[in-house]
Amino acid sequence: MDYAYAFVIGGLICTIGQILLDTTKLTAPRILVIFVVAGVILQAFHLYQPLVDLAGNGATLPLPGFGYSLAKGAMEGAEKGLLDAVTGAVESTAAGVTAAIVFGYLVAILFNPKSLR
Amino acid sequence: MADNTTGVPKKEMAKAYEKYAKSFTPKPTYVANCVRAFIAGGLLCILAMFLQNKLMAMGQNEKDAAAIVTIAMICAAQLLTGIGLFDSLTKMAGAGVIVPITGFANSMVAPALEYKKEGLVLGVGGKLFSLAGPVLVYGISSAVAVGILYWLIGGAK
Repeated sequence: MDYAYAFVIGGLICTIGQILLDTTKLTAPRILVIFVVAGVILQAFHLYQPLVDLAGNGATLPLPGFGYSLAKGAMEGAEKGLLDAVTGAVESTAAGVTAAIVFGYLVAILFNPKSLR
Repeated sequence: MADNTTGVPKKEMAKAYEKYAKSFTPKPTYVANCVRAFIAGGLLCILAMFLQNKLMAMGQNEKDAAAIVTIAMICAAQLLTGIGLFDSLTKMAGAGVIVPITGFANSMVAPALEYKKEGLVLGVGGKLFSLAGPVLVYGISSAVAVGILYWLIGGAK
């Protein structure tokens, strides 16, 4: 895996997000949803895998990479059976989702909101 | 809406107001924003790759290393949100920190902190998902649909 590709691909995906933020009326949550679903759909046609092979974390760290992991898990599960096709998506992303929920909860409990300056 | 005296239709009034308000809205500096997002996003990805390579050199397999990196990125972003630094990062880097998984992590903690006063259940517990919920709902739903479609296609063979 090459750091240069990770930088360029990761940077480009973020730039697309920035352009969407600046030039459209889409709010950040909507853009996140669009990115995740785009990752799922691209991977459904095996189109995101080449990007991951090329750029590694540059393609998996941005949110389309989350959609990619979801779709990949579901597709790998589908080869085993219907039940795995249903559970595969969450299984493959369980680490990230669980960390986000549990650690997010802890942080929200431990810290207090900062006043806006 | 007391503009009826002028005989101007409400819609045109609203349009004129929008135009008027727009002249006071600072124009985003498109190019500078994009450059900052590009650099910040690229650097984050390099950091993730560096961590993953280090972990793999320490003997983790690729899947575990990737999971650990994801967890580390999420925890770091949420901690920064907790101590109030993530907002400054967003101001500097824009989509460069929003589009990576760090933005998703931030979008869980920020509203949960904000609405902490509403209580532990509906405040913290509920608001954790007020922004991340849509991402999970649409992401997981579409992925499960893809999985079932694949199973159907595979079964038809």
